[in-house]
Amino acid sequence: MNRARLAALTRSPQFWPLAVLAALLAVNGLFNPGFFSLAWRDGHLYGALVDILNRAAPLMTVALGMTVVIATRGIDISVGAVVAIAAAVAASLIGGKLVIVDGQQIHAPSVAMPLALLAALAAAALCGLFNGVLVASVGIQPIIATLILMVAGRGIAQLITGGQIITIYHPPYFFIGAGHLLGLPFALWLVAALLALMAWLKHRTALGLFIQASGGNPAAARLSGINARGLLIAVYAFCGLTAGIAGLMISSNVKSADGNNAGQLLELDAILAVTLGGTSLLGGRFSLRGSVLGALIIQTLTTSIYSLGVPPEVNLVVKAVVVFAVCLVQSPELRSWLTKRRVAA
Amino acid sequence: MPRLNAQTLPSWVAVLLFVAMFAAGSFAYRGFFSGQVLLNLLIDNAFLLVVAIGMTFVILSGGIDLSVGSVVALTTMLLAWGVERAHLSPWLLVPLLLAGGALYGAAMGWIVQRFEIPAFIVTLAGMFFARGLCYLVSIDSIAITDPVLAGWSQARLPVGPMGEVSPGVVVAAVALAAAVWLAHGTPFGRTVYAIGGNERSALLMGLPVARTRIAVYAISGLCAALGGVLFGTYTLSGYGLHAQGLELDAIAATVIGGALLTGGVGYVAGTVTGVLMLGVIQTLIMFDGTLSSWWTRIAIGALLGLFCVLQRAIELLQRARPAAPPAPGGARLDPSPHPR
Repeated sequence: MNRARLAALTRSPQFWPLAVLAALLAVNGLFNPGFFSLAWRDGHLYGALVDILNRAAPLMTVALGMTVVIATRGIDISVGAVVAIAAAVAASLIGGKLVIVDGQQIHAPSVAMPLALLAALAAAALCGLFNGVLVASVGIQPIIATLILMVAGRGIAQLITGGQIITIYHPPYFFIGAGHLLGLPFALWLVAALLALMAWLKHRTALGLFIQASGGNPAAARLSGINARGLLIAVYAFCGLTAGIAGLMISSNVKSADGNNAGQLLELDAILAVTLGGTSLLGGRFSLRGSVLGALIIQTLTTSIYSLGVPPEVNLVVKAVVVFAVCLVQSPELRSWLTKRRVAA
Repeated sequence: MPRLNAQTLPSWVAVLLFVAMFAAGSFAYRGFFSGQVLLNLLIDNAFLLVVAIGMTFVILSGGIDLSVGSVVALTTMLLAWGVERAHLSPWLLVPLLLAGGALYGAAMGWIVQRFEIPAFIVTLAGMFFARGLCYLVSIDSIAITDPVLAGWSQARLPVGPMGEVSPGVVVAAVALAAAVWLAHGTPFGRTVYAIGGNERSALLMGLPVARTRIAVYAISGLCAALGGVLFGTYTLSGYGLHAQGLELDAIAATVIGGALLTGGVGYVAGTVTGVLMLGVIQTLIMFDGTLSSWWTRIAIGALLGLFCVLQRAIELLQRARPAAPPAPGGARLDPSPHPR
């Protein structure tokens, strides 16, 4: 390949995230020969790759919502707390009691499951709406506006669960986070549907353009007639909704809701995923595929650390180094610095 | 003492609200109204005050430092490991830890400055890194039994008729005095405000932006390490799970104290009010006894929301009312203090 084409390739926004992901997968494949093998058992697809995808589902979901918020030059650091709230609402509604019928323990949910799911998603969207109103109507900086809910949210979640970890006994609920559809984990289908919907909105409607415009140059966007306020509120509400979906996935997967620990540090991982995927924190152009890639990088990293036998304590250190390296590689400053050096030498 | 104007109003409201909350507690609960309860606020929150002072500098410069909680945890861990496992003297170890904290902060500041990566991301990586290092030192909590540190932890200094304070409070007070002087009495402090107000203007004015920004993060790192030493001696233990979410408390205290996260507006002394406010909420809930601990977080969140809305309302009122009567035919001055 000639130099110019290589340079063009490395400048493509998804090149570095893909390269990092490929490198991580390659390292895994080297140390763990069975890493890439997939098996079909009991009508399900099994394998380390499927496992990574499945575990990354909540993060991918939240990262997609976070992407549009960041595209509007905003940030939402309350998503972890919103995950906890949504999980708490769903679990407390569906928790119910164990009753004994014909000598068998049967679970009786207090509320019908669709209603509980709807209530949880509505609560999450309401949280997002609250953030959106604070940002768009009151005019508070996004990081502070969402800090309010980040601080208060876990308190609210614990208020809903009464400070307890609520265990869920309702088997149909487990389908969201642990069920399979056509051989693949159901959560993955949810992520795929969300990605498809968002990609359609971005590329086939003017919405994507509006969002990029209002992030790239808010004043110009307003002057060109975009209803920036309504758009912002909708974007934050949507981000809250994705956090709600992630909350359902997580609580369904671990069959419980923990107001204190559900979605812990998820907001930071989501922001990282978006950044790793090449969307600038300064708003404007955004990449949905990039954010999904970013989420996969984070999950692959975590999985590799566990499967390679590295002590799990090192996880955070390695994560910090990778984040740092990817951000550095993407920094135009570093490139200009390096080129200057090369010219000087 | 700053005069009462639109920019200092949130700080004064915070002071008033603190007094009101303390008064309410005094009426509602027996034994609340005492000098010692007030001093206990300081004893229990000395480490937070020190950390929040460092955070104030970062926020004044328009940045943010998410790593402080982890640096506090790492410092307690290294302090405990140093005196218990490596048998180092605290007199040697503490200065080393403080220097290490400053260096850690300076490194993050250099990266923010040199490569123009957002402070949010750099300090986030710094947060993961420091927390991870904690677990590399030890996964379990290490109890501190060193007689010197135990002595510091137990020592109480009488303050007239009010009661007594711990040495940590004295350290925090000295740090506060130094910070007030640094922020309001030195060219460095003016430069921090200038960078937070408008970085490009600061650069064009020939101010040392790069050096100052790195120094701001170094100060935050130093304060976090000092906070860690205070926290370690206060709890007499080192643990990787210590001080989780402390960065949020520090940011909340700074904002409640009147600082704007866009930078350039706020007072170091305001942060004291913010910290005391967080402390008094905890004390009120403790005295009440029937309220669960999670109400603390909800109350802090609500308070934070209240102050953000208040700051915003003041800003809008200021903008609605022209600073001076517009000169006939002349352009009206924009009284908005913020470029964005």
